[in-house]
Amino acid sequence: MPDQLLFAIEVTLNGLMAGVLYALVALGFVLIFKASGIFNYAQGVMALFAALTLVGIMEGQVPFEHLINATLGTEIHGFGWSVPALFAIILTMVVMVLFAWAVNWLVLRHLVNQEPIILFMATIGLAYFLEGLGDMMWGSDIKTLDVGLPQGLNTTIDDMTYNMFGYGFYIDNLDIAATLIAVVLVTVLVAFSQYTKQGRALRAVADDHQAALSVGISLNFIWVLTWSIAGFVALVAGIMWGAKSGVQFSLSLIALKALPVLMLGGFTSIPGAIVGGLIIGVGEKLFEFLVGPLVGGATENWFAYVLALIFLVFRPQGLFGEKIIERV
Amino acid sequence: MLYREAGDFKTSYADDSQTFPIRLDRRAYWALMVVALAVVPFVVNDYWVNAIFLPLLIYAIAALGLNILTGYCGQVSLGTGGFMAVGAYSVYKLMTAFPDINIAIHVVLAGFVTAAVGMLFGLPSLRIKGFYLAVATLAAQFFLVWLFNRVPWFYNYSASGQINAPERTLAGFRITGPETQAWATYLFCLVFVLASAWICRNLTRGSIGRKWMAIRDMDIAAEIIGVDPLRAKLSAFGVSSFFIGIAGALFFAVYLGAVEVGEAFGINKSFLVLFMIIIGGLGSILGSFLGAAFMVLMPVLLKNVLVGGLGWPTDLAAHLEFMIVGGLIIFFLVVEPHGMAQLWRVTKEKLRIWPFPH
Repeated sequence: MPDQLLFAIEVTLNGLMAGVLYALVALGFVLIFKASGIFNYAQGVMALFAALTLVGIMEGQVPFEHLINATLGTEIHGFGWSVPALFAIILTMVVMVLFAWAVNWLVLRHLVNQEPIILFMATIGLAYFLEGLGDMMWGSDIKTLDVGLPQGLNTTIDDMTYNMFGYGFYIDNLDIAATLIAVVLVTVLVAFSQYTKQGRALRAVADDHQAALSVGISLNFIWVLTWSIAGFVALVAGIMWGAKSGVQFSLSLIALKALPVLMLGGFTSIPGAIVGGLIIGVGEKLFEFLVGPLVGGATENWFAYVLALIFLVFRPQGLFGEKIIERV
Repeated sequence: MLYREAGDFKTSYADDSQTFPIRLDRRAYWALMVVALAVVPFVVNDYWVNAIFLPLLIYAIAALGLNILTGYCGQVSLGTGGFMAVGAYSVYKLMTAFPDINIAIHVVLAGFVTAAVGMLFGLPSLRIKGFYLAVATLAAQFFLVWLFNRVPWFYNYSASGQINAPERTLAGFRITGPETQAWATYLFCLVFVLASAWICRNLTRGSIGRKWMAIRDMDIAAEIIGVDPLRAKLSAFGVSSFFIGIAGALFFAVYLGAVEVGEAFGINKSFLVLFMIIIGGLGSILGSFLGAAFMVLMPVLLKNVLVGGLGWPTDLAAHLEFMIVGGLIIFFLVVEPHGMAQLWRVTKEKLRIWPFPH
């Protein structure tokens, strides 16, 4: 096989892996959007915040230690213990549930029945707040996150492809792990929404708020639940991205990348989020590979958005979205 | 008691539809003009101009521009930073290509270039709306920044990839370049601000402004009563980008002098201007000014209080600023979705009937 084709296949495979991560973030968006019609811009920052909290707890940092040191003149530097990863993840999840609860009681409850665009802007405000809070609590330096996921070149695939084509594909173990975890996560979510009582309530709310209310489903509870689930998805996404490229501010920018993913897949469709993520992941890697060298590179910055833009003009509801019907 | 319209009789249509119907408002307005034009230029120093007045004035123009698109026409745009970059780079190309032509003309021309680019990126608004459109404008933001970063023609093949404003004068006073006089740059920007505000005010209360507002309130209904959505939306994109382009041109040429595109016109700039109009008030000229003033002054104030007064490290102050900005946006959306301009309106209503509210 010609080298170019082999490279292209490798790039495609890596794109698929990156797409899985986009899809994970997009999934959090879709969950909240379906349940409450809120387009949650803060999803990416939630992932950052969750990852920061996880690292902070694992390393035994004292929350707000910089602030306390600066205002009270003390010299606190961590509790001096470290927490095992699994326990830290559970603690982080507790924090995310608390956060979901706070968001509902302090923000969303007051914005019921506002226009979607107002809610969208409120979540932008939320994103800023959370970003400041995360840095304030845990410090803004780049942190490494290691929860024990395998990393580095996968030698099996390398050997196998080398024997087949005479060229070993470079595929990161972490990406494979991320893909597997994403598959498990989606399966669990689907099972949850199909076979549990709360899941059914969730789907009922997504379908029709008022009808759900009238059969006795508590909207407040369901919203806290969805934001908690979105927090969980954010945590998983945060762990993946954090392990891949360190916990830092740029993590919140993946939220922006998730937007075109949603555009492609449709806002209301979980399979759409996954397929959209894969298309964007593969598309931007292949585009960078094929066209990037001709135009100066770094096309990954904008390819996803422009693809979504062009796509939207022809199919505004996305690949799997419900048809937009407007009534006057 | 003092603030009321009793005894202020309107005898013509022009009187009746003036911007400030109450005499006290008019006097306050003229007093402000006198202070801004005839007092401030003589007393300002470099620090005040560079830290407060120039960013305030320039962001006010950008906020006016975005307010036309988002506040009046209802099309959310996250591409403000990208459009400001278009203004900055076109004024740079014009300044270096035609050094003999007056800088003021270049700035206006840069506005027109940006208007054309804005209309191009506004085309999808005919098919998509709401946050779909917001994401589509993100495409403009990222694509434009990338373009200016990667195509050497835009930065005249300079080794650093930066653009530097060459020295230009207006009536003998240096406006751009390394050694400018503070008061001259201030006046230069102020004139643009006043002209922009005047144009915006009159556009938004004229027929085109009503068309924009009809589209904002309900586009289908607007179409039925005879508003052409193509023209209304594209003109809103054009006018809005025109002002944003001027703001970008001034931001680069007069305020910063040297610009690296990703840093100066990144996505954060888009959000900053969006926050200005949310906090200031969507669909309000005054709101654009209030929002710009708030977002420019608050960091300066916080920095002075926290870093200067309490001795906090700067990074903590910056994080607190993020939290405050985010919290305030939520606060305004919850308590007063129409922003500071609405607070001012309510205050005025109360003042008019004070001290006998019943």
